[in-house]
Amino acid sequence: MFSLFLEQLLNSLQSGLMLFLMASGLTLVFGVMGLINLAHGSLYMVGAFACAAVAAWTGSFWLGLVASVMAAALAGVLVEMLIIRRLYNRDHLDQVLATFALILVFSEGTRWLFGSFPLFLSVPDILTGTVVLPGALEYPIFRLAIIIAGLLVAVGLFLLIGKTRLGVRIRAGEADRGMIAALGVNIDRLYTVVFALGAALAGLAGAFVGTTQSVQVGMGEPVLILAFVVIVIGGIGSIKGALVGSLLVGFTDTMGRFLLPHAFATFLDPSSATAIGSALASMLIYIVMALVLFLRPSGLFGTEA
Amino acid sequence: MTMNRETLINSILAIALVAVPLIAMGMDEPFIITLATKVAIFAMAGVGLNLVLGFGGLVSFGHAAFFGIGGYAAGILASHALNYEPIMESPFLIEGTTQMIVIWIVALVVSAFVALAIGAITLRTSGVYFIMITLAFAQMIYYFAISWPAYGGEDGLSIYVRNGFPGLNTLDPISFFALCAVMLGIVMLFSAVLIRSRFGLALQGARQNAQRMTAVGIAPFRIRLVAFVISAMITALAGALYADLNRFVSPTMLSWHMSGEIMIFVILGGVGRLFGPLAGAALYIILEHLLGGVWEFWQLPLGVLLLIVVLFARGGLVGVLAGERKHA
Repeated sequence: MFSLFLEQLLNSLQSGLMLFLMASGLTLVFGVMGLINLAHGSLYMVGAFACAAVAAWTGSFWLGLVASVMAAALAGVLVEMLIIRRLYNRDHLDQVLATFALILVFSEGTRWLFGSFPLFLSVPDILTGTVVLPGALEYPIFRLAIIIAGLLVAVGLFLLIGKTRLGVRIRAGEADRGMIAALGVNIDRLYTVVFALGAALAGLAGAFVGTTQSVQVGMGEPVLILAFVVIVIGGIGSIKGALVGSLLVGFTDTMGRFLLPHAFATFLDPSSATAIGSALASMLIYIVMALVLFLRPSGLFGTEA
Repeated sequence: MTMNRETLINSILAIALVAVPLIAMGMDEPFIITLATKVAIFAMAGVGLNLVLGFGGLVSFGHAAFFGIGGYAAGILASHALNYEPIMESPFLIEGTTQMIVIWIVALVVSAFVALAIGAITLRTSGVYFIMITLAFAQMIYYFAISWPAYGGEDGLSIYVRNGFPGLNTLDPISFFALCAVMLGIVMLFSAVLIRSRFGLALQGARQNAQRMTAVGIAPFRIRLVAFVISAMITALAGALYADLNRFVSPTMLSWHMSGEIMIFVILGGVGRLFGPLAGAALYIILEHLLGGVWEFWQLPLGVLLLIVVLFARGGLVGVLAGERKHA
């Protein structure tokens, strides 16, 4: 029981960190440019497909991983310069529709190029197999590697935002867009860079998650909605909020699915306990979100609603 | 009212909606009648959304929840009636039904309560929070429908015989179309009266300047909540009809693609215009039928078209044809 619990705990951490890679990009783009980007899940999908295609072509997962970041960033730059740029001064309705249209274009385009069947990414040789953790738990090395990579990227992002000149500009952009443009920062380029950064993180998450599950059209949408829940909980525009929200959602979702059926089994028969437990578990993060909003309408770390 | 171009376009739309299925009946093309029925139902869902989106300025990205609730009201009540299993026996007996009128009432009441709960939480927020939270609550209901095995879960629920309406053979395509078209007419008339009423003016006032509304003594929250509930009820009614059209209901009706599509009907046609949803739904179905017949990946050009409409033609179809921008 302990090892099962530890395994679920690690899985929670993994899903929380992958969510953070998605949510941080979304929240940065909203914080700096005031844009709600539904197509963020498409960039995640682009990353996964680029990784799968390049890994299949060259036989190297590592090249695939590089390709996922590059392809997603490139797609991000293109989309930003062609379309997204025209949306910054529009209302949220236009942003929602245009980025929803982008999802249709990305999803159908990918289906056209790669077909409807899922692709599979194989784990590189040095990361296959399992490690033995306390409690005699055998945990896949690859999942552990994702956790470590996710942690490293999260630390890197915090250093980037907190310690570098680009980070200063991004934070200044969040505080007052007009002012930093007036101070001579090339605001158009800053926007493109922020969008590409968010896209690259989404692409990386897509490649990681694509390796543990499968790579298929539409894979980005469930993650996108979870990322929305994350940034609503954390407070839109806050990187710290995105981290706390991601971990909260990751833990609530994974542990809920694991524990609730067990909890109901203590007083119900097994089949209805599983049915009620899993139905309730699927709603749990939204209930948490509703609670957070009820207490703090602008999220845990948000400043304004 | 003088006959301006928008009124002319609206009349053409209304006449076309009735004329096309009648001609199709003469040519013995039941499939076209089904397409026209779909247009009428989607237009009704759009009329519901347009109330909050167009007139209230509230971008609800979760209207699939209400569309699906209407659909499941039809599916669940019909399946209980057809299997002769009461929905509950104690404390009092509730049985299923195959009567559309009862199903509609259930769909309206249930969606009203759900919308009241969702609205009470989401309307405390605004802007982008509102968009994301309406989306999130709709997803919650979607995942609930998938993981709840009693009514088909992911596979959905079939309605073996289309539900009945007194004095009408609903299995006859043109009769069912007539029923849907009349319901659409009633809903649009209701919507037209509502937006011209004191309530409708207050709703539009709250969109344009919420502070000023508060200053004249009208609380925007209450107005918006009532509008949200009415809007949800209209969309749920459309959902009940849609389930009966397909004789099938599944979580797809609750999915966020559905929310996006309902929004597309409103936007393609023209936001905040009475006939906008009808124009948008008709255009969408025609595109789906024409492009989908030629190319399997028809949603790609649809996406491009939608991008063009959003970026360059902000009044939608009715706006472009009428040649005037509606004041936002």
